[in-house]
Amino acid sequence: METTRLVVNGKATELNIDPATPLLWALREKLGLTGTKFGCGMALCGACTVHVDGNAVRSCVTPVRAVAGKRVTTIEGLSADCSHPVQRAWLQIQVPQCGYCQPGQMMSAAVLLAANANPSDADIDDAMAGNLCRCGTYARIRKAIHLAAELARSAK
Amino acid sequence: MISPYERRFLICGWASLFALLAGSAPLSPRISARAQENTANKKDKSLQAFRAVASVLTSPRCLNCHIPGDAPLHGDDGKPHKELNIKRGPDGRGTPAMRCTNCHQSENAATPHAPPGAPNWQLPPPSMRMAWQGLSTGDLCRTLKDPAKNGNMTLAQLYQHLDEHPLVLWAWNPGPGRSVPPLSHEQFMSKVKEWMDTGAACAE
Repeated sequence: METTRLVVNGKATELNIDPATPLLWALREKLGLTGTKFGCGMALCGACTVHVDGNAVRSCVTPVRAVAGKRVTTIEGLSADCSHPVQRAWLQIQVPQCGYCQPGQMMSAAVLLAANANPSDADIDDAMAGNLCRCGTYARIRKAIHLAAELARSAK
Repeated sequence: MISPYERRFLICGWASLFALLAGSAPLSPRISARAQENTANKKDKSLQAFRAVASVLTSPRCLNCHIPGDAPLHGDDGKPHKELNIKRGPDGRGTPAMRCTNCHQSENAATPHAPPGAPNWQLPPPSMRMAWQGLSTGDLCRTLKDPAKNGNMTLAQLYQHLDEHPLVLWAWNPGPGRSVPPLSHEQFMSKVKEWMDTGAACAE
């Protein structure tokens, strides 16, 4: 066991855990942040996407030692009150069906919008290609990202 | 005034010099032929060394990312990394929310078929693609030597890059289920050195 220090959702955190443990399991089982989902365990589906220093990262293949000293944000930390434009748009469009992949989808969408305030359909397709949805909500996801971009722009 | 003795001596001296020059004249072509032979041997040695170097550079571990297009390849069979619509992006590190390092960490994932990793996983940027795919051995050699195509590196810098860069070294530690290049890194570097020491010749 080793102690890994990091910041999770804005809070300084210490993890006493094998540093080879995937970040996903540290978040879910040590910190109780179960919004981040296990999908494939091989970085292929995007359900486990979180932010590490602002980048979308697959937590299922990221060892805890790789995030020492870094800032990790999970779906629970995207905003304190569901006010992030992506969360508002997701609610307004009613994107989820079963909902399992949606935390990962929203985390990737938030990174896209941080880099591109007005993404085209092609930009969205490129950015979201790594997040799979078995329910096939892709059309609603795309629509919600356009709306989130609009909400973010109008808030400025 | 020059005495008859001195005149004789001068005449003899000049005669000896002419004789010496005349005698040595047939040596020149022999020296030149040997020099040519040495140069040809050196070039052959250089070309042979580069063939060994090329056997590594054209292995899937190198060729999967040294591509002319925008979608990297993966696996030993060089499948396009298109299942996730992976793209090179403006800096070679992917597109927003689909950066290479989203999945490729600074170390290999232990699970077979999960993403391999090394620090700063990326493709060459679009402004300097360093594309080797489909090149003949001669063209690969010229591309590797050309600073306009190799990332502005001199041969000395290229040697250092091949010797030390983490993404190069990863080829010999690619994680489960991936082949390694046909030479060890030590053998590879010895062939790179031999190629450079013998003039870094490229096949026509």
